[in-house]
Amino acid sequence: MDLSYTAEELAFRDEVRAFLAEKLPKDMSDKVRRGENLGKEGHELWHSILNNQGWLSYSWPKEFGGAEWNAVQRHIFDDECAAAYAPRIVPFGLSMLGPVLHKFGSKEQQDHYLPRILDGTDWWCQGYSEPGAGSDLASLKTKAVRDGDHYVVNGQKTWTTLGQYADWIFCLVRTDPDAKQQEGISFLLIDMNTPGIEVRPIVLLDGTPEVNEVFFDNVRVPVENLVGEENKGWTYAKYLLTHERTGIAGVGFSRAGLDALKRVARIETANGRPLIENPLFAARIAQVEIDLMAMSTTNLRIISQASAGQAPGVESSMLKVKGTIIRQEINDMMRRAVGPYAMPFASETVEGDNDPIGPDYAGPVSAQYFNNRKLSIFGGSNEIQRGIIAKVKMGG
Amino acid sequence: MNFDLTEERQMLQDTLRRFLSDRYTTTARNEIIESDAGISTEIWNELAELGVIGALFTEEQGGFGGAGFDIATVFEELGRAGVVEPFLDTAVLGGGLITALGNASQTALIDDVIAGGLHLALAHGEPASRYDLSRVEATAKVDGDEIVLNGRKAVVINAEAAGYLIVSAREGGGAFDKDGISLFLVPTGTTGLTLQGYAMMSGGRAAEVTLDDVRLPVSARLGAAGAGYGALVDTVARANVALAAETMGAMETATELTREYLVTRKQFGRPIGTFQALAHRYSDLLIELEQARSAVTNAAGNLESTDRDLQIAAARNLMARVGRLVAEESIQMHGGIAMTQEYELAHIAKRIVMTDHRFGDADYHLERFIDLSAA
Repeated sequence: MDLSYTAEELAFRDEVRAFLAEKLPKDMSDKVRRGENLGKEGHELWHSILNNQGWLSYSWPKEFGGAEWNAVQRHIFDDECAAAYAPRIVPFGLSMLGPVLHKFGSKEQQDHYLPRILDGTDWWCQGYSEPGAGSDLASLKTKAVRDGDHYVVNGQKTWTTLGQYADWIFCLVRTDPDAKQQEGISFLLIDMNTPGIEVRPIVLLDGTPEVNEVFFDNVRVPVENLVGEENKGWTYAKYLLTHERTGIAGVGFSRAGLDALKRVARIETANGRPLIENPLFAARIAQVEIDLMAMSTTNLRIISQASAGQAPGVESSMLKVKGTIIRQEINDMMRRAVGPYAMPFASETVEGDNDPIGPDYAGPVSAQYFNNRKLSIFGGSNEIQRGIIAKVKMGG
Repeated sequence: MNFDLTEERQMLQDTLRRFLSDRYTTTARNEIIESDAGISTEIWNELAELGVIGALFTEEQGGFGGAGFDIATVFEELGRAGVVEPFLDTAVLGGGLITALGNASQTALIDDVIAGGLHLALAHGEPASRYDLSRVEATAKVDGDEIVLNGRKAVVINAEAAGYLIVSAREGGGAFDKDGISLFLVPTGTTGLTLQGYAMMSGGRAAEVTLDDVRLPVSARLGAAGAGYGALVDTVARANVALAAETMGAMETATELTREYLVTRKQFGRPIGTFQALAHRYSDLLIELEQARSAVTNAAGNLESTDRDLQIAAARNLMARVGRLVAEESIQMHGGIAMTQEYELAHIAKRIVMTDHRFGDADYHLERFIDLSAA
């Protein structure tokens, strides 16, 4: 057993650090650190910086223009990016659709769509959840009916993250209403500019325009936009969901969050002394740090197995649950740390030309606390993850 | 022993609950929150007419209540409906300090407050004071028959709507001393007073207040020079009962919304409440809600007792812990829908959690409790 990185891994880490120091724009990392919205242009700029380095496609196989890093390298990169307050890579094209096309897409689909993901031509969004199909995704009702060389799509998707920016949506649709739930689903690629598509923003409780509803009214989709075989979409969807779980522990985010928390707790005072010296608050910080240290090693253990070729099983569900609990706890402590300045509404303090209200680190903390309640809800809620763990372990 | 509300309080509760469930819908409230003023004058006036403000003052102050259980009754209902109008700021804090310290001409303002015609705001907390009530760095200096105020006040809730700010400033002592703090009634139009207003996360508005050589007649002082701290502590005790009761009301709504969702939302072909994993967590919320109800009862019932501060620290600590649990678990058991602005629970959860940031969070009140129990 050896808990340290190898010489190669350390060299790789240094390379990533040097790249971030040189290429990550300062105004961009400042925005990420302050929890501000980057906008479409900001995300696209970061993607193009990474793509110029050949790193945007870091998880993709070489045959598709990818860097094909192993799990340890990916972890090092994610960790360093979080520590440097780099924007996250928007996952829909790169880590969700990409792997599905690599494995199940036709040659034509691979040749057409994959380069456009990398060069930023297409912004993708995900059409999975529906109002009646959340945790029970397979109960989805949006239907696609074959009409000549088109499918005609009718229905509604929801929680479509950043759908307002999207050029394309990958959708799960029901193509066989008579089959068993999981067996009548297909995976379709739909141009967001097709007539009959309407995107309506959903305002979240922290005021952010992050997710949308997408309505389909007789939307005609060419049959060549079907991925793989008709009625086999559930298989592809499950494959995609396992990819959605890479990096799911969010160790880098938690570590960056904990650093930020400590920084704030050194500045804030309670009874005239730094908050970080307050025994109750110090105990809270210590508790979450102890949990994070252990989870970080759990994460590395699983990554190490994965790079040895073992597919992660229930461990990724475990990491999702523990990882989100830790991130949410840090968000909660950050909210408490800023005291009464948690009360101003973020949009007044973060956007526009207004003078900031209170210390500049206080602006987004409540919004982040409320917004990150989503972490334990999306990508398979923590209840679903616990169900998976128990089912697998009890052999059900 | 009798834990029932008196007939008068029961009537007040019924009236208030009926009015708010008719008029204070999620849509109506979201419109109020998005308006420039952030609060509704119409709702304010109608609630004043129903006696909501009068219930927070004693008969000799011009009201018909004013006891701990009056405060708890009113604020439980305001909390249930997620009301954003500043009854705490205008009536409990502002009105409370004026009745505690004011002379005849100052207390004459209370009639107008009870009738709904005058708003007040407490400008006490400062950028670095967090929840420490004695930390005041703003200064007051006598200059002939005038007083000159200088300093900064943080997150002054309802400042923009207020006719007067009740400003704390130091006439003696050091930054943390209890002695030397005076309170002043400052008309909001006074030269040298600047408000930087903003909306708040859980509705309503606040402002950063700058006092730059604000000149007032000496008669603007509330009570004796340097002797405002005791009244502040008493008034904040009443505010803490109100906040605890408001949080309890909000928790009642959160758990009821969760119950409705658990029995109606179907996934995997059955109501999600039939999954034991959720059913048990829902039951835990109800168990904690009863704890919360008792904590509020303890605080309200001890408002005039020697045990007051200990009971209030206990109640606010418990409400902060249980409040966070109820808010987070209710959101979690709903899933995505509870994350949306247009769903009732989103606002209710924000009210519950943001209460943590007024007059002390769970840790602050735990420390208070430890200190008071050791004393």
